[in-house]
Amino acid sequence: MSDSVLYDVAGPRTRRRTAVWGAAATVALLALVALGATRLADNGQFDAEKWSPFVEIPRVREILAEGLLATLQAAAYALVFALVLGTLLAVGRLSTHWWLRWPAGLVVEILRALPLLLLIFFFFLAFPLAFGINVAPLWSLVLGLTLYNGAVIAEIIRAGVLALPRGQREAAAAIGLRDSQVMRLVLLPQAFRVMLPALISQLVVLLKDSTLGFLIGYRDLLEVSGVIRQQLDNPIQTYLIVAAIFILVNSALSWLAHRVEARQRRKYGVRARLGVDDVETGLQQGAAAAVAAGATARPVGPPGATDEPRA
Amino acid sequence: MEAVIQNVDVLASAFWVTLQLALIGAVGALVVGTLIASMRVSPVPPLRWFGAAYVQIVRNTPLTVVLFMAAFGLPEVGVVVSFFSFAAIGLTVYTAAFVAEAVRSGINAVPVGQAEAARSIGLTFPQTMGLVILPQAIRSVIPPLGSIMIALLKNTSVAAAVGVAEAMQTTAGLANRFGNQVLEIFAIVGLIYAALALTLSFLFRLVERRLAVSR
Repeated sequence: MSDSVLYDVAGPRTRRRTAVWGAAATVALLALVALGATRLADNGQFDAEKWSPFVEIPRVREILAEGLLATLQAAAYALVFALVLGTLLAVGRLSTHWWLRWPAGLVVEILRALPLLLLIFFFFLAFPLAFGINVAPLWSLVLGLTLYNGAVIAEIIRAGVLALPRGQREAAAAIGLRDSQVMRLVLLPQAFRVMLPALISQLVVLLKDSTLGFLIGYRDLLEVSGVIRQQLDNPIQTYLIVAAIFILVNSALSWLAHRVEARQRRKYGVRARLGVDDVETGLQQGAAAAVAAGATARPVGPPGATDEPRA
Repeated sequence: MEAVIQNVDVLASAFWVTLQLALIGAVGALVVGTLIASMRVSPVPPLRWFGAAYVQIVRNTPLTVVLFMAAFGLPEVGVVVSFFSFAAIGLTVYTAAFVAEAVRSGINAVPVGQAEAARSIGLTFPQTMGLVILPQAIRSVIPPLGSIMIALLKNTSVAAAVGVAEAMQTTAGLANRFGNQVLEIFAIVGLIYAALALTLSFLFRLVERRLAVSR
């Protein structure tokens, strides 16, 4: 039984054809790599002096570590503030009062339509020039990240709350809770748990976006690596190492998100839950698409019928 | 406000560069991304590994790092082109990974019977993909593709990092020159970006209504 429906279990002819294609693809790939490698070698990119500083000179590693710490610091601040802002905006958008709903909705839509770089430059350039308040690079970066990711997180939370079974809100109202209590005590805690994988994915996006700080002089990983590059004149090697660091950190976070998602699915059934990929594919279109993407397998029957008994 | 009115031509040409970057990046990303998605489901193992590795690596790398590697690395390999082209290549490579993931989810959403029927009438893998699966797959993921394209439009602002004179770069320059009207400059530029994003979103909704297959 083949593991994909797009092609049958291979017979002898197909096995030969697949082997030929595989070999051809590998040869083509290796040829491309070899071509690039020879060109690089001609330009001396494989010389030890371009690579050894990363191993031999401790100062280089120290600089990289400082940069990574600065990146993580900015991302941590931004994540906390964005969570707070996002929760407030989401609650506003879900409110029954139109005078809360419309402004919150407007703010979210505007913030999501603007490029993150515009927001960062706004705090870094516009504030000093217009209001005379100098905003440090770190806080320009954090404020920009907070505003933008706050809007995205607001949509994630809103999708999470909308994906909860209607019975939750109804039951909470039936036992006499006020609207704000319904939100605070019943809906939000469940929504947070449901959207934890999506939140971790957003953290990955946040980490990647934090590199924009180098454009305003914030000494994050990208900026300090620029210093290394200028001193040692080895841009390829430096940025390769930086890319490797980012890939490692982000892969670890993505793996964590997948683990959390799998654990949610095991504990709470295949109910409405926001998957890791829904962040990028569905959420930007608003809650409806996210709910559709995450809640495709709603079980038939009254809510709670497929749940494990919860204390 | 006068600063904006006097420099309308500068802003217009800057936004034209932004649009060009976005357009080239979009077309390139769609082509490359669909290719990568096909590679990920193909029966040839090396292609599968390459597709998976590509997506995993590029999705976890910041766009700025990708642009830097394009701008600094490609000349060393012998590809020397303008900053604009480096930015276009970097944006294409970066966005293609996201397009690949979206298209792959679309491929998985096509009913199994379609692929089985294609196999049973003897279509080869390329024929199955090209004639049966991909047309349906892409039509079912138009909303996510739309949001990826809007993100691409906003990501063109990062090309300012590699010296492309697009809208963000020009805005910063104007803000520095006309410090007393910086709020108006930012407001106008923000409005234009928002208008572009809204237009794109509206266009995709049109396309979706005419072409989409909901599953």
